[in-house]
Amino acid sequence: MYAGHILATNLPSHDHTKSITTVADQWPTWQEIGTTLTLQAGFNTTVVIAGTTWLGVAAGVIGVFALLRKRALTSDAISHATLPGIGLAFIVANSLGMDGKSLPVLLLGAAISSVIGVAAIHWLIKNSRLHEDASIGIVLSVFFGAGVVLLSVIQSMRTGNAAGLNKFIYGQTAAMSVTDATLMCGIALFATICTVLLFKEFTLVCYNEAFAQVDGWPVTRVDLLMMALVVLVTVAGLQAVGLILVVAMLIIPPVSARFWTERLWLLVVLSGFIGGLSGYLGSAVSALLPRKPAGSVIVLTSGAIFGISMLIAPARGVIASLMRRMRLRLRIAAEHILEAAVENQQEHNNRDLVFPKSKLDELALIRAWPWWFRKFVLWRLRARGETIKGSHGGLILTPIGHGNGKRVSRNHKLWEQYLISYADVAPSHVDWSVDQVEHVLPEELVKELERAIEEDNTPLMAGKLS
Amino acid sequence: MTTSTTSAMRNVESDFSTTVVKAAKPIADPRQSPVVIRALTVAYHRKPVLWDVNYQAPSDALIAIVGPNGAGKSTLIKSCLGLVPTASGQVTFWGKSYAQARSRIGYVPQRESVDWDFPVSALDVVCMGRYRKIGWCRPVTKVHRDAALACLERVGMRDLAKRQIGQLSGGQQQRVFLARTLAQEADLYFMDEPFAGVDAATERAIIEVLRELKSQGKTVICVHHDLPTVPEYFDHAVLLNMRVVTAGPVNEVFTPENLRKTYGGRLTLLSEAVDAVTRASIVR
Repeated sequence: MYAGHILATNLPSHDHTKSITTVADQWPTWQEIGTTLTLQAGFNTTVVIAGTTWLGVAAGVIGVFALLRKRALTSDAISHATLPGIGLAFIVANSLGMDGKSLPVLLLGAAISSVIGVAAIHWLIKNSRLHEDASIGIVLSVFFGAGVVLLSVIQSMRTGNAAGLNKFIYGQTAAMSVTDATLMCGIALFATICTVLLFKEFTLVCYNEAFAQVDGWPVTRVDLLMMALVVLVTVAGLQAVGLILVVAMLIIPPVSARFWTERLWLLVVLSGFIGGLSGYLGSAVSALLPRKPAGSVIVLTSGAIFGISMLIAPARGVIASLMRRMRLRLRIAAEHILEAAVENQQEHNNRDLVFPKSKLDELALIRAWPWWFRKFVLWRLRARGETIKGSHGGLILTPIGHGNGKRVSRNHKLWEQYLISYADVAPSHVDWSVDQVEHVLPEELVKELERAIEEDNTPLMAGKLS
Repeated sequence: MTTSTTSAMRNVESDFSTTVVKAAKPIADPRQSPVVIRALTVAYHRKPVLWDVNYQAPSDALIAIVGPNGAGKSTLIKSCLGLVPTASGQVTFWGKSYAQARSRIGYVPQRESVDWDFPVSALDVVCMGRYRKIGWCRPVTKVHRDAALACLERVGMRDLAKRQIGQLSGGQQQRVFLARTLAQEADLYFMDEPFAGVDAATERAIIEVLRELKSQGKTVICVHHDLPTVPEYFDHAVLLNMRVVTAGPVNEVFTPENLRKTYGGRLTLLSEAVDAVTRASIVR
């Protein structure tokens, strides 16, 4: 990643004479990196980094609820809808003789136009046959287009020195003053506190809107509050991150954190942490390399965290779930072999527990096991001490294997019995295939089935069950 | 919720309501009745779903709303609770409007209406039933968590309190919903298909809780899809097919003729219904 990039290109940068002309940015020295990262690189830089970090925390925290409320795309529309507001605020302020570039004025304009954007989305959904995604797409592009036109109009105006307005599109932490950063930090802090205070209300509305409404909560107002906080964070982040990428700060931290936990408060904490970390690294890198926009670095950082989380998270990660699926398939296949071996022995009334190769081939054919999978299954059986190698490629069941095989075979029959006698009571379970269910039947259910079958006195299969 | 009327609708309605108020047998003073529905009409995209529904619920009873698919069963309870806009009509609870009586009303939504991948535990969900008592911006304290645990205990789910809701079976999820409604400590409960797709253990647990609620003098109104169990589980029934076909004690209204009227030409359902009635009359 970029850290590695810095490392790789850092060495030749001692040669100052060439690098300025050939490389866009002058690469910082190790010392500069160290002082920036430990917040010792001057007051201005420190305030900007701290502000962006808090912004990341705030976005991560409120982003959890925006995501759970399925409003991720809406927040993208919010950020794009800020642009015409910025342009208009500049024009209005200038024509009133105020400083058109005053940050609070511009941000106020941004907030107003993004609120109008959200209202437009809702109006479209309600009053046309458009669905939410189309409405969002229309509002997002039209507002952004209007903003771009406005900026070019400003550029051509005589009064307008709009050179600074473009920074709201891509963001630029390096150009921020201490006042700007303090304002951003203040808004972010306020938004975080509000979210924590409204944690319970937001959870309820996100989880079950109908229940919340019946329970007497003003769902619409809670929703508006949530969106207002998203607007606040978006607007606060415009200067640092830029309107195109600020949405990533709202979405990526919560989805990354979601891989790691099933508990909401922990999700909020983790998401805030990931957001803060990416905000911190992004602004620090931007401070070191003045021409690198912080937004992209922030997004790359959180994107990397997302990628890692998706891969390695223990319960919900891709690798974990692949391994789980593979283990289950292996177990089911192994149990099929054990079951077949036990039934084979009962059928032929054999004394020895031999499962010949011909039967194994037959089973592999029916179950469509590839050769490598079959090898793997057989290896697993041996490794767990359930079988040993027999003559002519056959298997011999150990006492452990025999016991397990008997258990699987019995569950199988219990389940069939259950379906026959109780299918009308458990209509939701009928579609479970017997093959699958026998492997996941919990102990209690097996006991209940045995009891039920005894009570019913069904002669069917009762003999085989014992 | 109060009346929201379109003037055009009202003209039509006023003729009806006079006849219907007479038809609906007044069980008691309407102010004593937990729910009184008067001339309720609901339409989706101008197509009526409920037409001129009138009903007065008795107190401390278990009431089933039965009817074919698309009869407007869920819509009826949703419109009582203000979740669906009504075209006309009025619903009162103990003679008061919904907004005034809200704290005495509990609700179990349909299981499908919820995102089960949501990062909350069973206990968290039940605690939501206490939120109204806790109030704005204040955290869930131990007192409320204990109350929620007690509700989980009542539906036999205490051991699974820490489990994420998505990892519970369908029946267990339904029991969590029921526990959340118990945590609301209401006097009138609306339940949307609580028995849909649940296992036998859950069915037993739910019916036990329903009887317990009844013995405490509370009223439960359930949308119910399984005709054969109606006489066993409920003591009152509302037979609904866009309008109220008939309503009253189960042993009076649950007749083959009424069911035929409710289920119309749907032969399979009809025979099922007649079967159910015959079986029920044998049991009695």
